[in-house]
Amino acid sequence: MNEKIVLRYEVDPNDFTRAGEASSNVKRRLKLLGVDPDIVRKVAISLYEGEINMVIHSYGGIIEVIISPEEIEMILTDKGPGIEDIELAMQAGYSTAPDNIRNLGFGAGMGLPNMKKYSDEFNIESTVGVGTTVKMKVFIPKE
Amino acid sequence: MTVEELIKSEEFEVLNKGSNLNREIAVPYCCDLLSIAMSKMPQDAAWVTVMANINTLAVASLADAACVILAEGSRLDTAAALKAKEQGITVLYTNLPVFEAALKIYNRINV
Repeated sequence: MNEKIVLRYEVDPNDFTRAGEASSNVKRRLKLLGVDPDIVRKVAISLYEGEINMVIHSYGGIIEVIISPEEIEMILTDKGPGIEDIELAMQAGYSTAPDNIRNLGFGAGMGLPNMKKYSDEFNIESTVGVGTTVKMKVFIPKE
Repeated sequence: MTVEELIKSEEFEVLNKGSNLNREIAVPYCCDLLSIAMSKMPQDAAWVTVMANINTLAVASLADAACVILAEGSRLDTAAALKAKEQGITVLYTNLPVFEAALKIYNRINV
């Protein structure tokens, strides 16, 4: 694996039947590339949380995943309401998910904290009324 | 105990036999909140939950669960059941509460 691999997925708002498809697909690709299972798990968790957030909160967006020998970079860009108070949203347990989402097992307020915890680099930028961009990196340690 | 052995024990009703039945079950794991299950579930767990929807399957697959046991009479709907087949995820049913279902698995692992 010397070349960079770029994967791109569209995420539809409120489509819970397809939620997780991008993350599952990336996970499969990384497994096939022989990436260490612990690294794959970190990517799968942080990306799935991001994907679910886009499905729940945004009006749609794009996930781009760039795989190189050194790192896996994930860029999640959505159009949506944006996040008013990022610091508050980052707190474990804080959630604005509505009841119908909670009934599906989401809305524990663990999404953003999990993304930060399981990625090695985490950056979030949001403009209210415009949308949110999350950039995450998981490093692949040299053997 | 492998997933196949758990199925053969007939403790649980079988909705779908997954693709890797020789997988060794490491431990039962109980949680209904998907974000917590996602980050905390040990690999190769038999995941006992009442949360029966398509997202349960996504989390089971991403977190590398050995199988899913839906407790308290929870059932997948038709679309989700189809997804379980497509993705080769073993899904079992029981009317038992979560703890008792997990205990049955625990006792079978630790004989």
